[in-house]
Amino acid sequence: MIELLLPPLFAGLAVALVAGPMGAFVVWRRMAFFGDTLAHGALLGAAFGIAVGISLYPAVVMVCLVMALVLVALQQQRHLANDTLLGMVSHTTLALGIVAVSLQPGVRVDLFAFLFGDLLAVSWKDVAWLAGGAALILSLMILNWRNLLSLTVDEDMARVEGVPVVATRILLMLLLALLIAGAIRTVGVLLITSLLVMPAASARRLAKTPEQMAAIAALLGLIAVIAGLALSWQMDTPVGPSIVLAAAAVFLGTLGKRTVS
Amino acid sequence: MSEPLIDLRQISLQRDGQTILDRVDLQLVPGRITTLIGPNGAGKTCLARIALGLMQPSAGTIQRRPRLRTGYMPQKLRIDESLPLTVDRFLWLAQPGHEDDRIAALKRTGVAHVRDRAVQKLSGGELQRVLLARAILRKPDLLVLDEPAQGVDVVGQNALYGLLADVRDELGCGILLISHDLHLVMAATDQVVCLQHHVCCHGTPEAVRLDPAYLALFAGQHVPADNLAVYTHDHDHDHDLHGNVHGCDDPHHHHAHDHSHEHSHAHQDGHKHD
Repeated sequence: MIELLLPPLFAGLAVALVAGPMGAFVVWRRMAFFGDTLAHGALLGAAFGIAVGISLYPAVVMVCLVMALVLVALQQQRHLANDTLLGMVSHTTLALGIVAVSLQPGVRVDLFAFLFGDLLAVSWKDVAWLAGGAALILSLMILNWRNLLSLTVDEDMARVEGVPVVATRILLMLLLALLIAGAIRTVGVLLITSLLVMPAASARRLAKTPEQMAAIAALLGLIAVIAGLALSWQMDTPVGPSIVLAAAAVFLGTLGKRTVS
Repeated sequence: MSEPLIDLRQISLQRDGQTILDRVDLQLVPGRITTLIGPNGAGKTCLARIALGLMQPSAGTIQRRPRLRTGYMPQKLRIDESLPLTVDRFLWLAQPGHEDDRIAALKRTGVAHVRDRAVQKLSGGELQRVLLARAILRKPDLLVLDEPAQGVDVVGQNALYGLLADVRDELGCGILLISHDLHLVMAATDQVVCLQHHVCCHGTPEAVRLDPAYLALFAGQHVPADNLAVYTHDHDHDHDLHGNVHGCDDPHHHHAHDHSHEHSHAHQDGHKHD
């Protein structure tokens, strides 16, 4: 029986491992809404995949990456505030995704699985893809760590000091889009931001350096995935929401701790 | 005078149909402290950002010495409280290397004691000194400081400007300083450029202080508006834009800019003779 849980467990762990450091940047750079918008676009990706007859997840990844680039470009304009812009794009793509899915003749897409995750359905092959993607994202983050951090501290200062600011910003967005596209399997479109934000927010109180915060966030994410899966197994609750609840419990647990710095 | 670090010629900048900079010349040379002075919204920050390459002018030419190392102290830092960043790590970002170098830089600017503190928790004066330490750590050829004395008391400001002169002597670098108050920087600066969209006057601080253009520009801060008409200008002016000039300090955010209207001097219908 337990071997049935192994692919979901490893898939969840792979996602949580990357969601930790990526979530730290989401928190530091206040990109939670941005992540949400990308996630909502994923549903559009699924509809697109069905429409052109390619498999779902490559389509989702593609649409997420394109959306990340479009959002970076849209953010250059100065007429609308960022959150207004994201609010419009986010819900337009979500609505468009749902309408597009419903228009496909004879296709039934499990909307619930997309919105709230479908971790128990992952195969070992999915696990391999997720692990590969996680390794790619993590290594690119580590290679560009100082640039990413400089960008977060002050973009102007970073640029004057020779950091390729635009390229680094685009890299961060693309990595985030990639992670979100992959992570939809675990907690779904509507809950993905919480998996990014909550472990990082929990780690804040325990960390003295950015690296510690990223590492602790990864660790807390792993704990949330394990606890969430266990909860789901015991109580027969949906996996995605169970993981999110576990992450929230972890956050509440860290509230008792005094801030280190 | 040695070869300029940066040579800006006839720099103009238009934004949203308004002229922010009008044919400005500026040369920055090694070992000289140049102060850009002018009221809020005069285009000082824009000019500095253009010099740094953070912004493109609408017209004009820019010549930079090849492989120019620049250091920049922005007006303020907006680092999210959620980022656990000590002063030491903040310096590391600019120049990874041995921690002794970072300690030496902090000692040089007199803030070695804040090394393990969170950057977000520093006072205004401490932050300016940490920023200066970060800048000198990179041994720049050119250092640009945007209103470095904000939030620092007068004693602290004098100390900071004194420190700046020492840094210039030690590194031999050129320094561009932005200020809205000439009196504070008088002692520290070699050259003053008085800016109100165009260069009103320039020269040594003593010369600028007595220049009618400088007096006209800053008199409005202390004199009621209707007395201002007595100042007549003998060179081209184009002051029809003050009040709603877009700030340059923050191109990514779109927020109300803190222009003060204290410089409401009375030449709206300025004329030009080219």
